[in-house]
Amino acid sequence: MSTTANPTIDLGAGHHDHAHDHDHDHHTLTGWRRWVYATNHKDIGTLYLWFSFAMFITGGLMALGIRAELFTPGLQFWQPEFFNQLTTLHGVIMVFGAIMPAFTGLANWMLPLMLGAPDMAFARMNNWSFWLLPPAALLLIISLFVPGGAAAGGWTLYPPLSLQFGMGMDLAIFAIHLLGISSIMGSINIITTILNMRAPGMTLMKMPMFAWTALITNYLLVAVAPVLAGAVTMLLTDRHFGTHFFKAVGGGDPVLFQHIFWFFGHPEVYIMALPAFGVVSQIIPTFARKPLFGYHSMVYATASIAILSFMVWAHHMFSVGMPATAQLFFMFMTMLIAVPTGVKVFNWIATMWQGSMSFETPMLFAVGFVCLFTVGGFSGLVLSIAPVDTQMHDTYYVVAHFHYVLVAGALFSLFGAVYYWLPKWTGNMYSERAGKFHFWWSMVWFNVTFFPMHFLGLAGMPRRIPDYPLQFTDFNAIASVGAFCFGLGQLFFLYNVIHTIRGGVGKAPANPWDSPTLEWEVPSPAPHHTWETPPDEALVKKGLAAQALE
Amino acid sequence: MNVENGVHDAHYFVPAPSKWPLVGSISLFCLALGAAFWMNSVAAGPYILALGFAILLWMLFGWFGDVIRESVHGDYGKQVDYSFRWGMSWFIFSEVMFFSAFFGALFYMRVLSVPELGFGVGYHAETHGLLWPMFNEAWPMASGPKVDAYEAMSAWGIPAINTALLLTSGATLTWAHWGLIENKRGKLKLGLAATVLLGAIFLCLQAYEYHHAWGELGLKLSSGAYGATFYMLTGFHGMHVLVGAIMLTTMLVRVLRGHFDQHHHFGFEAAAWYWHFVDVVWLILFVFVYCV
Ligand code: HEM
Ligand SMILES: [Cu+2]
Repeated sequence: MSTTANPTIDLGAGHHDHAHDHDHDHHTLTGWRRWVYATNHKDIGTLYLWFSFAMFITGGLMALGIRAELFTPGLQFWQPEFFNQLTTLHGVIMVFGAIMPAFTGLANWMLPLMLGAPDMAFARMNNWSFWLLPPAALLLIISLFVPGGAAAGGWTLYPPLSLQFGMGMDLAIFAIHLLGISSIMGSINIITTILNMRAPGMTLMKMPMFAWTALITNYLLVAVAPVLAGAVTMLLTDRHFGTHFFKAVGGGDPVLFQHIFWFFGHPEVYIMALPAFGVVSQIIPTFARKPLFGYHSMVYATASIAILSFMVWAHHMFSVGMPATAQLFFMFMTMLIAVPTGVKVFNWIATMWQGSMSFETPMLFAVGFVCLFTVGGFSGLVLSIAPVDTQMHDTYYVVAHFHYVLVAGALFSLFGAVYYWLPKWTGNMYSERAGKFHFWWSMVWFNVTFFPMHFLGLAGMPRRIPDYPLQFTDFNAIASVGAFCFGLGQLFFLYNVIHTIRGGVGKAPANPWDSPTLEWEVPSPAPHHTWETPPDEALVKKGLAAQALE
Repeated sequence: MNVENGVHDAHYFVPAPSKWPLVGSISLFCLALGAAFWMNSVAAGPYILALGFAILLWMLFGWFGDVIRESVHGDYGKQVDYSFRWGMSWFIFSEVMFFSAFFGALFYMRVLSVPELGFGVGYHAETHGLLWPMFNEAWPMASGPKVDAYEAMSAWGIPAINTALLLTSGATLTWAHWGLIENKRGKLKLGLAATVLLGAIFLCLQAYEYHHAWGELGLKLSSGAYGATFYMLTGFHGMHVLVGAIMLTTMLVRVLRGHFDQHHHFGFEAAAWYWHFVDVVWLILFVFVYCV
């Protein structure tokens, strides 16, 4: 431990005094050690967020590589093998590198502030959760340069393809192991923080909604990350140690992999969606100047989504071949998920109803989220109809569906969260004009990129191909133009953030949005250590009363 | 639920910045890269792997060393204790899910894929008739034409003895825990030592069983669905017994050094929880891998 820190431990002092010195004396290192040895939740949250942005750019460049190739029919830039590596790495990097770490970063930064806790429950393990991510990313990048190139079977890693690639696949498998270890530790940490570190007076049913979604998300994650680890371990032993989990010759079955993968995979999509719901549930009440409508139903809806999400996985496998009863079961269970999701959308709208609304950038992203996520939910409902999905599976319709829920859903909520909390993080206000420009630019080009994909899919264009018949040209060209413009806009987002860090348009007050949650009770920028003693119970109660409950 | 009960440390212990997580990450990176290289016959593989392993050991000693020092020094208040309990419970839950994946694979193969390949179930009749006419569905000999002949492991030799050993070890561990609570250190030491010993015997028998199965029965990882699930389930279980035994040995050393008292001994309890978890996995495994 204290190789660099200064262990001023006074052995004679009582336990409490000693802990007190501890907090003040040697918790802040400077230079690179501050980041590499960090145990402070804000530093670690910052690391997560920047890492996620770097991965967002990396995965985004890969997406642009894909869209460049698909601008016109025929092969322009890449060989099909490399194209497939691009789609695979794009998916893996965006899911595990960009979206998930971003939400973990938000949880790190905000949960202790919102719950009135001094830090995360396991501050040192927290550091490890983060520092496992760069090595995993490095393994994926290295895999591009080994003989045979990176894994190219799609982010779902289906056998038999995934049994056939070279070393790139092994590197991807081990990267997933590291990411899984990171996820498990991160989620244990978040769950424990929420269960054990709340300020006096903040009972579970009074927590901010963001904390509830974080709790349930991380419950899902700790349940399914090990299952994915098991699945890729079986891939590994099938590849190198002669087992027959996914090979019929020994009694295994490639479809078995799909079952295990999607047992992880469907909860995984909610791991990326629930925290977005949480963010939006913080932003909308703030800018509608009303408590969140239906707090309790929101909690129950989140919980039932979590439970149902374990029982719908085979909707990804309708075209694989299943008994009709199983098809029906998974079809109806999937449709059932739309009910709690609908409850949420209803509650957000009811929160805005007759509110005194204003449309600062975070609110724009939140409202944009509600509109577009709902579109994605509807296309999901279409796909959940087994006989329809038999036509639609593995077409661009599916690509359109999940980009509506993931880009306009998860990513937009993240943008909203960044604008919402930047004043607290940096102590400065961002430029509202610039923020609004970023929103409208993203909103327009997102739809230009992904809406045509519905038509392509309905017309039968398969996903994950580098070339296509002539009749798909126009919509593909439109989508490619949209993608490049969308990508450009994200550089503008980077500019906005850096501009704000460097002073923005002026100092931010402690509570610029007049929001009742606890994070706004500390100064802006939030000091390195906050709530070292839990907030006053009266303060907690006041905030809670204003925040959610009717 | 400590919040409702008002359990709050006046100052929740937040550890100082630490190098160990980073060391751990470097180690896992080396392990991953080394293993990938090694499996693809890149010469540097085994060396990188060994390096990663060495760094891992260093990290484990350093990190847990810090934790033990902090604990002995009295840094951990009641609320930290709650955190550890939650943390360990969720960790064990994640382990349960990891094993579930492999049990799921076992059940899937036995109930679905093996019968379908073997004689065809329902509309899968063609699978056997047209694609796999040579497939033999009789468990545990289920295998296709390209799998070498092997014999299955019998449940009532070593595996039954091992079951008895693990169950006994669970009892001795609880007995040791009683000793700790009653502040009878002799009972504690004896019970703990007996538990570690039983775990070690289990591992030796397991190693012998593997030797016997691989060498004499021809049962390999490649022996069809049975071989794969047999080795992966018992193998991961064995690794967990090893880890559990190391944890208990650490606790034994700490007990000999006078650590723990009647009220503060979560390190011991965590190891015990883990041991019982490993025990339960074995029972399920004994039923579904060996008996049924
Ligand atoms: C109303 C809720 C939803 C329903 C009914 C639904 C339904 C479906 C169905 C049936 C598929 C399979 C399509 C196919 O491959 O043929 C699918 C794919 C997908 N969904 Fe959803 N979905 C919903 C919400 C979400 C959410 C919230 C997310 C993520 C935030 C999401 C992410 C995905 C992804 C990533 C895929 C594609 C996976 C792949 O094959 O690569 N979905 N969805
Ligand atoms: Cu799904």
